[in-house]
Amino acid sequence: MKKLINDPDDVVDEMLDGMTAAHPDRLRRLPDTQVLVREDAPLDGKVGIVTGGGSGHEPTHAGYVGDGMLDGAAAGGVFSSPTADEFEELIAACDGDAGVLCVIKNYEGDVMNFETAIELAEMEGATVESVVVDDDVAVEDSLYTSGRRGVCGTILVHKAAGAKAAAGADLPEVKRVAEKTVDNVATMGMALTSCVTPEKGEPTFDLGDDEIELGIGIHGEPGTERTDVMSADEVTEELTEAVLEDLELEPGREVVTIVNGMGGTPQMELFVVNRRLRELLGERDLSVHDAWVGDYMTSLDMAGVSITVCAVDDELKELFDATTDTPALTVS
Amino acid sequence: MSEENERASDEHADDEREDGEAVVAAVEAVAERIEAERDHLTDLDSAIGDADHGGNMARGWAKAADAARDLEDPNPETVAKTVGKTLMSEVGGASGPLFGGSLVFAGAELADGVTAETAVAFAETYLEKVEDRGDARIGDGTMVDALTPAVHTFKKSVEVDDLDPLEALAKAVDAAERGVAFTVPIRARKGRASYLGWRSVGHQDPGATSTLFLLEEVLEVAADRLDAEVPETDASSPTIPDDTEAEDAEADEAGSDDATPEGAE
Repeated sequence: MKKLINDPDDVVDEMLDGMTAAHPDRLRRLPDTQVLVREDAPLDGKVGIVTGGGSGHEPTHAGYVGDGMLDGAAAGGVFSSPTADEFEELIAACDGDAGVLCVIKNYEGDVMNFETAIELAEMEGATVESVVVDDDVAVEDSLYTSGRRGVCGTILVHKAAGAKAAAGADLPEVKRVAEKTVDNVATMGMALTSCVTPEKGEPTFDLGDDEIELGIGIHGEPGTERTDVMSADEVTEELTEAVLEDLELEPGREVVTIVNGMGGTPQMELFVVNRRLRELLGERDLSVHDAWVGDYMTSLDMAGVSITVCAVDDELKELFDATTDTPALTVS
Repeated sequence: MSEENERASDEHADDEREDGEAVVAAVEAVAERIEAERDHLTDLDSAIGDADHGGNMARGWAKAADAARDLEDPNPETVAKTVGKTLMSEVGGASGPLFGGSLVFAGAELADGVTAETAVAFAETYLEKVEDRGDARIGDGTMVDALTPAVHTFKKSVEVDDLDPLEALAKAVDAAERGVAFTVPIRARKGRASYLGWRSVGHQDPGATSTLFLLEEVLEVAADRLDAEVPETDASSPTIPDDTEAEDAEADEAGSDDATPEGAE
C-alpha cells in the first residue's frame, strides 16, 4: 500500500515538527518529547486543559491546542497511548497555578498512563482533575468489559472545558461542564474501508468491496455489524437511530451535531450525510443549534463517517459558540 | 560531610550498597529472563490481546537494566524508582503504568533498605497500585491473579509463620504459579482479553505469566546472594498460627498429611 512517509518509526516525530513549522505562533514542542503546548503556556491563573492519545487521529489532538480549547496535547505512537512520563511533562507545562483538567478518552492505555501521571504530578504538589470521555454507543458498557470508547464527542468536551477555562472559571466549574458534555453526547461510526497503519502497511481488517462495517472504532477495532453496502441515507438512519436511542431526548430539545469524516471520506459525502441527519432530527422535533461537518477525529485513511449528537442547554450553547482560535477549529 | 560522620555512616552505607547491588542483580536477571521468554509471552498475548507484551516488556526491561547499572550510588529505593520510571517510559500501553508505575510508588517502601518487613510493605503497595490502576481484583483474569496469592502468602509467611525471608519468598513464587494457572479456566473481565468475552476462557494471561517470571528471578537472585539453595516449598501447605494447642495439632497433622505424597514419590 502506498504511503507518503519516510520511515514508519519517524512518522509521528516528523508530523509534530511539521505542525510546529506550520503554526510557530501557536504551538511549541517540549524538548525531547512528543508533547505540543500553546506557545504561551502555561497561562498564569487559568485552568490548564490537556489531553493526549495515540497518533493517527489528526487533527486530534494537537490541532485543538489554542485559545478557547486545549493548552497542550501529548502524542503517542500511531494508535498507541503516550507514556506516563510524557503526560507528566504535559501537565507540568500547562499548570498555571489554577489546576489542570485532563480530558481522557476511555482506552485502558490512555487511562492508566494518564492516571499514573496525575498521581506523580500530585506528589509534586499540582492540583489535577480528570474527565473520561466514553461517547461511543457501539460498545456495550458492562461489568465484563472496560466500557465504552471515547471518540469524536471528545472534541465537544475540549470545546466546553476550554471555553469555560478561558472565561476564568475555576477547576471544579471547568470539570463540571466537561462532565456535563460527556453526559449529553453520543457517537456512532461506520467504515467503508479499513485504515492502513504506517507500521503494517496493509489494511487492519478485510472488508469486501460490497461490505461495510457499522459501529467501527477509531483504530479499526471491529464494529457491531458487517452488512452489505447501504446508501448514504440508510447509513445515516442506522447511525442516528443508535445515537438517539442512547440519548433518549424529549421532543423540542436542541442539539449540536458533528458529521465526522474518518480521514478518507470526501466532504461531498459528509454533506450528503448531514442533509439526511438534519431531516431525521427534524422528524423527531429536535432542532439543530449548530452542525459541524468535517474531519475532526480521524482514523488515518479510513473511509467512513461518524455521527455525534450532543444535547445542549443555554450553558453548553454559550460554551460551544464561544470564540476559539486553534489550528483545526476557529470560532469567531 | 566530615570524616567522622563519614566513618559513622560507613556501616549503613555498606548495607545500603549491598542491598542496592542485589536489587540491580535482580533487575538484570529479570531482563534476561523476559528476553528469553519474549516469544512465549508474545504467543500468549496473540491469542487474547494485541501480541505486543513480549516485545514491549523485553525492550523495557533491557533499558531498565541499563539504567539500573548506570546508577552511581544504587540503593534499593533509587533502583526501584529508576527501573519503574524506565519501564513507564519504554514499555508503553497499559503494562508501562502497571509494571513501572507501581514500582515507582512501591519503591518508596525500600527507603530503609531491604528487610523482611520492608519487603512485605513493598509487595503490598505494589499489589495495591496494580489493583487500583487496572481497576482489577482477583478473579478478573489478569496479573492480579498471580500477584495476590504471592503477596498474601509472603506476608503471612513472614508476619504470622515467622518463616525466614527466603522460604517465604519461595512460597510466594509457588503461590504465584498457582495464580497463573488459575487465569486459564476463567473468563477475563479486565484488560484486552475482556473484549473476547467467553472466548477468553482457556487462555493463560500474559501479564500474570510475566509477573511469575519476575518473582522467580527475584527468588533466584535472593538465594544466590544469600549463598543458599532455593527452598522446596508448597504454598498449599499452610503453617497454621499457633493461637491454640488445637490449631497446633492441626498444623502437625497438615504437615504429616503433606509429607505422605512426597514420601510416596
